Amino acid sequence: MSYHDAHILDQYAYQASVVHRLDPRAKIIAILFFVIIVVSFPKYVFISLLPFAIYPLVLAILSGLSFRLLFRQVLIASPFFILVGLFNPFLDRTMIDVPFLGIQVRGGIISFASIALRGFLCVSGAVLLVSTSSFPRLVEALQALHLPKAFTVQLMFLYRYLFLLIEEAKRMSQARLLRSGGFRNSFSSARSMLSVLLIRTLHRAGAIWLAMRARGFQDEIKTARKMKWSFKDFIFLALSIIFCLWLRLIIFEQIKF
Amino acid sequence: MHMADALLSPAVGISFMALSGGALALSAKKLKESAEESKVPLMGVLGAFVFASQMINFTIPGTGSSGHLVGGILLMILLGPYAGFITVSSVLVIQALFFADGGLLALGANIWNMAFYTSFVGWLIYKSIVGKKPSQTRISLAVIIACVVCLELGALSVVGQTILSGISELPFKQFVILMMGIHLPIGLIEGIITVGVLNLVYRIRPGLIQESLGIKGREADALSYRSIAFGFALSAMVIGGGVAWFASSHPDGLEWSIFKSYGEEELPLSGKIKQKLAQVQEKISLLPDYGFKAEESEEAVQELEGESWPNISLGTSVAGILGSIFVLVIAGGIGVSIARLKKKKNAGNS
Repeated sequence: MSYHDAHILDQYAYQASVVHRLDPRAKIIAILFFVIIVVSFPKYVFISLLPFAIYPLVLAILSGLSFRLLFRQVLIASPFFILVGLFNPFLDRTMIDVPFLGIQVRGGIISFASIALRGFLCVSGAVLLVSTSSFPRLVEALQALHLPKAFTVQLMFLYRYLFLLIEEAKRMSQARLLRSGGFRNSFSSARSMLSVLLIRTLHRAGAIWLAMRARGFQDEIKTARKMKWSFKDFIFLALSIIFCLWLRLIIFEQIKF
Repeated sequence: MHMADALLSPAVGISFMALSGGALALSAKKLKESAEESKVPLMGVLGAFVFASQMINFTIPGTGSSGHLVGGILLMILLGPYAGFITVSSVLVIQALFFADGGLLALGANIWNMAFYTSFVGWLIYKSIVGKKPSQTRISLAVIIACVVCLELGALSVVGQTILSGISELPFKQFVILMMGIHLPIGLIEGIITVGVLNLVYRIRPGLIQESLGIKGREADALSYRSIAFGFALSAMVIGGGVAWFASSHPDGLEWSIFKSYGEEELPLSGKIKQKLAQVQEKISLLPDYGFKAEESEEAVQELEGESWPNISLGTSVAGILGSIFVLVIAGGIGVSIARLKKKKNAGNS
């Protein structure tokens, strides 16, 4: 996991662009739909999946997200699905005709390529969602989409203390490193550090609770912003759905590969 | 181990989203009923603690690789099953979005694999082992067992979801051996470091863990800063002092290394995969010489999954037989312990 990248993604979320200004609800629904359509293809499909890459790439260009960061996130996510897919070329020996080229290729190779491409598309979707809407806005959207309030409040709290506590742990790690003369962290010292961090965290929870009570916290975090569903959100959602369905239902039926 | 979108079919992904969504709604309801508002900041910071703790790496004794606390178990002990479930789920959402772990559609599956088992199954295990008389030994035992069981359940679910989705060609049996084998040492290490942290906390603040299991009511409104701070922890623990384990959040280094050293080198020949898997199995098997008939083990697999898996090719190779034994031992162990725990739980309720 890359803390550094997470922080950069978070900073991207506060930029301004056409994509950033869209209603986060529209983005959540559109990207989830995109992911579901992508994974709905049969396993021996590769070429029909390629045009789907247009969607995240266009969104990335419009929102100003760096391609490097996008690809790095995909790379970080890839080990599991690559490893699981890696067996396909050796286990699946059915021969499949490749259109356009007129050759036959092992089915496993195609399904492996397909898994890799699916991985890229799905991870890009998630990265774009979080890099074009600030997390608090996403949580507001989830609340508007009727997720339980206890859960959305928890997400909000977690986000607020996430980077703070990570910084604290990093400072502790650095302090240990400076005093250790380059020795790696032993089990017992890690245990002590974690315990100290945990106890500090519990103290912090106490302080936060007092502060919250003093400010009249009920059971939700109130924001002044209102969710507004505008015409451009509708257009974005409609275009996303039409694009996915067009590729899935019309283009795929013609190519079948 | 996070399930990935790329390996899921929409049917499996959406089903697990519905299951996890249901569990989430139930937990939110239970939490609201318990009216423990003071838990709100505690859940938030403890969720953040899980991420922070991953900044502190340590060397795993006896190996060159390094690991870190995953932290789910601590979360469960401090928060109880419902608040714990919500907290672990929120951690998974952040991981899916910011850390590219899992995916949007896979979120339901991941919440099920990690948050559900750790919060509810882990809680049952912890509660029934620790009972009313918590001691360091009992807590340690409970934590380690809960870790291993929940991790293996999570690993089994990942395999089930992958096979049901039908995108990967990995045969069920080999995949199970591989995944469960890999997760066994990870579970043990997670258990040991968690026990380490808990024991130290227990020594510094024995009340945190001790009273959590005995106290029935909520701590009265505290006046001082300190009593409020610990009031949360106590009230958090009233619900159950659950144990769970954030199963496979980040097995990174270890997982890679095991896989690489045994799995990858001779991949190009599919006949050798079985042999390699047999080697992995030999290394990790609990009872390498324990003999069962192949049919029995297959039954155990089917029993565990609740349905028959298509095309399980029970080869006559060494890998096949040893693998079956391994699955039987693990599956039987999990089955028996869950049945016992449920029995105990039912007896306790009535």
